[in-house]
Amino acid sequence: MSWNGWLQIAAYFIVLTALSMPLGRFMARIFAGERNVLSSVLGPVERGLYRLAGVDAAREQHWTAYTLAMLLFNAAGFVLLYALLRVQHMLPLNPAGMAAVPPDLAFNTAVSFVTNTNWQNYGGESTLSYLTQMVGLTVQNFVSAATGIALALALVRGFARQSAQTVGNFWVDLVRATLYVLLPLSIVVALFLVWQGVPQNLGPYVDATTLEGAHQTLSQGPAASQIAIKQIGTNGGGFWNANSAVPYENPTPLSNFIEVLMILLIPAALTHTFGRMVGDPRQGWALYAAMAIVFLAGVAITYWAEGAGNPQLAALGLDPANMEGKEIRFGIANSSLWAVATTAASNGSVNAMHDSFTPLGGLVPLVMMQLGEIIYGGVGSGLYGMLLFVVVAMFVAGLMVGRTPEYLGKKIEAKEVKMAMIAILVLPLTMLGFMAVSSVAAFGLSSMQDAGPHGFSELMYLYTSSVGNNGSAFAGFTGNTPWYNTTGGLSMLIGRYFVIIPAMAIAGAVAAKKTVPPSPGTFPTHGPLFVGLLIGVILIVGGLTYFPALSLGPIAEHFAMQAGTLY
Amino acid sequence: MLKELRPALVLLLLLTALTGLAYPLAITGIAQAVFPAQANGSLIERGGKVVGSALIGQSFASDRYFHSRPSATVGADPADATKTVAQPYNAANSAGSNYGPTSKALIDRIGEDVARRKGENPGAAVPTNLVTTSGSGLDPDISPEAAEFQVPRVAKARGIQESTLRQLIAAHTEGRALGFLGEERVNVLQLNLALDAL
Repeated sequence: MSWNGWLQIAAYFIVLTALSMPLGRFMARIFAGERNVLSSVLGPVERGLYRLAGVDAAREQHWTAYTLAMLLFNAAGFVLLYALLRVQHMLPLNPAGMAAVPPDLAFNTAVSFVTNTNWQNYGGESTLSYLTQMVGLTVQNFVSAATGIALALALVRGFARQSAQTVGNFWVDLVRATLYVLLPLSIVVALFLVWQGVPQNLGPYVDATTLEGAHQTLSQGPAASQIAIKQIGTNGGGFWNANSAVPYENPTPLSNFIEVLMILLIPAALTHTFGRMVGDPRQGWALYAAMAIVFLAGVAITYWAEGAGNPQLAALGLDPANMEGKEIRFGIANSSLWAVATTAASNGSVNAMHDSFTPLGGLVPLVMMQLGEIIYGGVGSGLYGMLLFVVVAMFVAGLMVGRTPEYLGKKIEAKEVKMAMIAILVLPLTMLGFMAVSSVAAFGLSSMQDAGPHGFSELMYLYTSSVGNNGSAFAGFTGNTPWYNTTGGLSMLIGRYFVIIPAMAIAGAVAAKKTVPPSPGTFPTHGPLFVGLLIGVILIVGGLTYFPALSLGPIAEHFAMQAGTLY
Repeated sequence: MLKELRPALVLLLLLTALTGLAYPLAITGIAQAVFPAQANGSLIERGGKVVGSALIGQSFASDRYFHSRPSATVGADPADATKTVAQPYNAANSAGSNYGPTSKALIDRIGEDVARRKGENPGAAVPTNLVTTSGSGLDPDISPEAAEFQVPRVAKARGIQESTLRQLIAAHTEGRALGFLGEERVNVLQLNLALDAL
């Protein structure tokens, strides 16, 4: 740990907060359909897309129609991507001659990109053609992120409206999120990354002869354009196997700063969009504050744990700071910051190997995902996930004072609480259920690289990351087996759609309600008391659910490491 | 349901064309025109032949060169393509060791490397980054201390003054971006190219 490390973390947080405000306001304008600086260029494109697709932009949808449209679009995207993976060997732009992707891996990969997870059971440079990376993965990086934003907008509209039957038009939200937010930001970031050294070409892999005469194959490709959106859209699937640890994917401290900034930028900005849409920016700030407090606490713990490092190294006469699995140009501080940001959001890209983190340094990313990835969270999914916790927090507050809870003037009643609880409980049920089977069955145990509690942590990380639609991994674990490809794929589907559908049901239910004016007995939801209550509910729900499993993994390993036990 | 099917299919195809073809190809075009060196992999040529990339590390074993960090990448076994063997700095298959902190294999490996490194510079403390693998297995850099540590060995193998090597390292040490971002580092390939050019 050093002052310079803390300075980098502080600079990150300040820039993130400062940029989230104008972007949040900008998005509020866009999704209300107001004219903006990009309208003169993109307006005709937007209208052209509606005309060809037969979309009436002025016609809004009931929550069921909105959800159905989203599901159809995702299903079509899945089919297209699966097909592309299976036939890539017969298509152009495949200079390295990649073969067809096997069915179970293609299923896992297609599900993971459509659900915004981007789990990597494949290694980009050794499995995928350029065409697959572009037309398959890059496209889903855009539209799965746009889908998340659209769903968050629908839920926010539910709270913002009264006695309404509709929550917006999915096609319009999808197109606007892609055209006005994701695409312009990606173009700027992609060109910045090329300037810093990220390749962007369609040429073959380059054969180099090293100074000592060995052969080195330098894999190439249209990388910058994909890496930009994988960060911006909280997707996270790397162009290369080792993701943003690879110097081609993340060449300099500057590229690193921008990439890690992009992980949280849109999720952070959406809290302000929310505040604007409900007509009270302080409501957005309250959510932002709750997220920021948990995030900064997580970064501090991981940075401290990685800096304190591994006592076994001190025993060998080395500086114990944990550099295994980390790159020199980033160092401990940037690796810790990234690990927490990527799991707080549902990004899942990495610039260091989480599997090699110290037990407590790796515990924080696990917990961040287990809280539901709502600490900023995925683009869109973080906001609607957080609003589910708000519903539960207000319910708890209502119980304490014996009064029907309200949020933003909407009465929170049995239906909303039930839906929120389904969404919150289905995650641990899936995660812990599959973990339990895998930790006793031979086909599950054979994938562990490390023995002892660390092996258990690897297994926990896999299902946590899949259910949470994160996509990062304790990568020593062999996830590319039929059992894990299949159950991991199912976990991603459950983790995405069993949260989305209840969230949309809440959107429909609250939209139809009248807004009641605040009375002296109304619990204000923009002050520190609310922020504290919200954080408390998040930590208690997450803590109580996962603590037993965590104590068998990272916590046990922490004590083993301190005692000098090796496995 | 049928009413929503047309926009689902049409928008998927149109957005695929826009974000999957137009966007990456436009970025490729601009990148090739404005930043051709970076866009094509920051390749380094010597005598007309590509010797590597400024961004991708290489394996160095000779005493005459500064060494990179250990690398955990693997490659296909030349004797049996169904198996993999250790192949440090295999740029077509980036990977870290993924060993956890209580892994015996990790501590054994580090212990062996420390013993070997101590032999080349008995008086000095071994820098941690010289005995730990990077996340990508392709880290092009070492810390300035790790370069410093190797000076006696390289000076002896090449028969040149240690002070000359120290100047070379200082000239190839890259500071933090904007004065505070990232860490100080030395690009091993570029340092070794400069060494050969002496």
